Amino acid sequence: MARAASTKQKVGFTIVAWIVALLLFFPILYTIITSVKTEPEAIAGFNLIPSGTFENYVTVQTQRDYFKPFMNSVILSVGSTILALIIAIPAAWSMAFSPTRRTKDILMWMLSTKMMPAVAVLVPIYLLFRDFGLLDTRLGLTAMLTLINLPIVVWMLYTYFREIPGEILEAARMDGASLWNEIVYVLTPMAIPGIASTLLLNVILAWNEAFWTIQLTTTNAAPLTAFIASFSSPQGLFWAKLSAASTLAIAPILILGWFSQKQLVRGLTFGAVK
Amino acid sequence: MATQNTKTLARAMLAPSVLLLLIWMIVPLAMTLWFSFQNYNLLNPANVSFAGFFNYQYFYTDPAFFASIWNTLLLVGGVLLITVVGGVAIALLLDQPIFGQGIVRILVISPFFVMPPVAALVWKNMIMHPGYGVLADINRFFGFQPVDWFGQYPLFSIIIIVAWQWLPFSTLILLTALQSLDGEQKEAAEMDGANFVNRFIYLTLPHLARAITVVILIQTIFLLGVYAEILVTTNGGPGNASTNLTFLIYRTARLSYDVGGGAAGGIIAVVLANIVAIFLMRAVGKNLDR
Repeated sequence: MARAASTKQKVGFTIVAWIVALLLFFPILYTIITSVKTEPEAIAGFNLIPSGTFENYVTVQTQRDYFKPFMNSVILSVGSTILALIIAIPAAWSMAFSPTRRTKDILMWMLSTKMMPAVAVLVPIYLLFRDFGLLDTRLGLTAMLTLINLPIVVWMLYTYFREIPGEILEAARMDGASLWNEIVYVLTPMAIPGIASTLLLNVILAWNEAFWTIQLTTTNAAPLTAFIASFSSPQGLFWAKLSAASTLAIAPILILGWFSQKQLVRGLTFGAVK
Repeated sequence: MATQNTKTLARAMLAPSVLLLLIWMIVPLAMTLWFSFQNYNLLNPANVSFAGFFNYQYFYTDPAFFASIWNTLLLVGGVLLITVVGGVAIALLLDQPIFGQGIVRILVISPFFVMPPVAALVWKNMIMHPGYGVLADINRFFGFQPVDWFGQYPLFSIIIIVAWQWLPFSTLILLTALQSLDGEQKEAAEMDGANFVNRFIYLTLPHLARAITVVILIQTIFLLGVYAEILVTTNGGPGNASTNLTFLIYRTARLSYDVGGGAAGGIIAVVLANIVAIFLMRAVGKNLDR
């Protein structure tokens, strides 16, 4: 059947698939549409054709200083990911290329740290942050995001590095390559795709992290998650402006996400599904 | 000697990650355990004393506790049901030959990348709002009363929002697993005259079993911690109707300033999460050996 799928069948499946896809995408689409409506239009009932104004985007910036939380999101997500990579690359490298009897246990243990519910350590983390003056600082939050994503980063890198054939290193050595040359010309080019995928997925995870970013910030270090959450109280809430802020908050990560479909499966299942 | 050097180097490379995670795991958890046995309220920080099991007893006898456990189970179970059944269905659909497959895939996975506060506020205001939401518009169009989703069905509404966020995840994973199904096996089954239902039950479903297990276990870990979606929509209410364990602990610790109570709740959350974790570790661990 699948092989000899008639055009008729294909058209049928296409119609159903597109309906499902558009339904699932609808809330995002409607947010984007609402962001270019005027406020009266936004609450005037279902309407897919906006007047196409961009004043909401301007207002969000001028009234609420949108650029600040946006930059905080960029700094926190990219910063914590790079920091995690710096710590994790050597670890993943050593486990992939010099595995010991304990390597598997260490990996499993790292994974288990990811299973600790965040809320379980809310009390001590909040108090520690308060006592060390880290509340509402980018530094504190970057460290936090680095730690919570570190196990995933190590795991992802490990599964990628493990696929680099060890024989290639031996061959390079036989050809008389020095350790430095080996690293620069043989290993790095083979490792870069895995590192890039890991970076991509973790920027996405850090960008969307919405527990610690809301708990540990108020204004100065608040990223977009906390900024948008502050719209939940009705005062000053206007849907078109909320939509504009939301569109800006999800657009960059949506686009990154589209590029990372494959890595997403791999990273979030800890290599269990590829 | 060279191997000895390599070993030392390998250990040194591993050390920073292990040490950091070790500290990250032990210090806060030990503190939580310690605080859970203390009478400690941030409103009265000078007056800290040993509480024994009082905090646990307090948490246990609070009617909100059982409500929150029940809500947590409903939330996790409801979202899992929707995402697994829906995920299998959509994955099967996307595995068929269709026009514009790439774009359909992108549209389907997009909700996963929407940050929780945005997802929740968009659903709350633009979709489910009883006055101006799209669902209210649809109801009125057909002559029905609009539904006050968050007032009447708060937990159900949150389940819908969270399921919407996680459906792409299960779909994507199940689709990936589906595509690794051996084409020849499928053809053989077709040649033998197995119809769609039989092929699904005896071939596809067993093949998907592992992926479904992984989806259930990983989602459960994240779903136990649902927080922002509740914060921006119902704030746990009305009453405790949409308060899950995570939210109850947050409320105890941050809004009632009860450090001891929040810590005791945290320990209970750890125990619950560990039960799930044990199963997940087994599933993932098995895969490592292959």
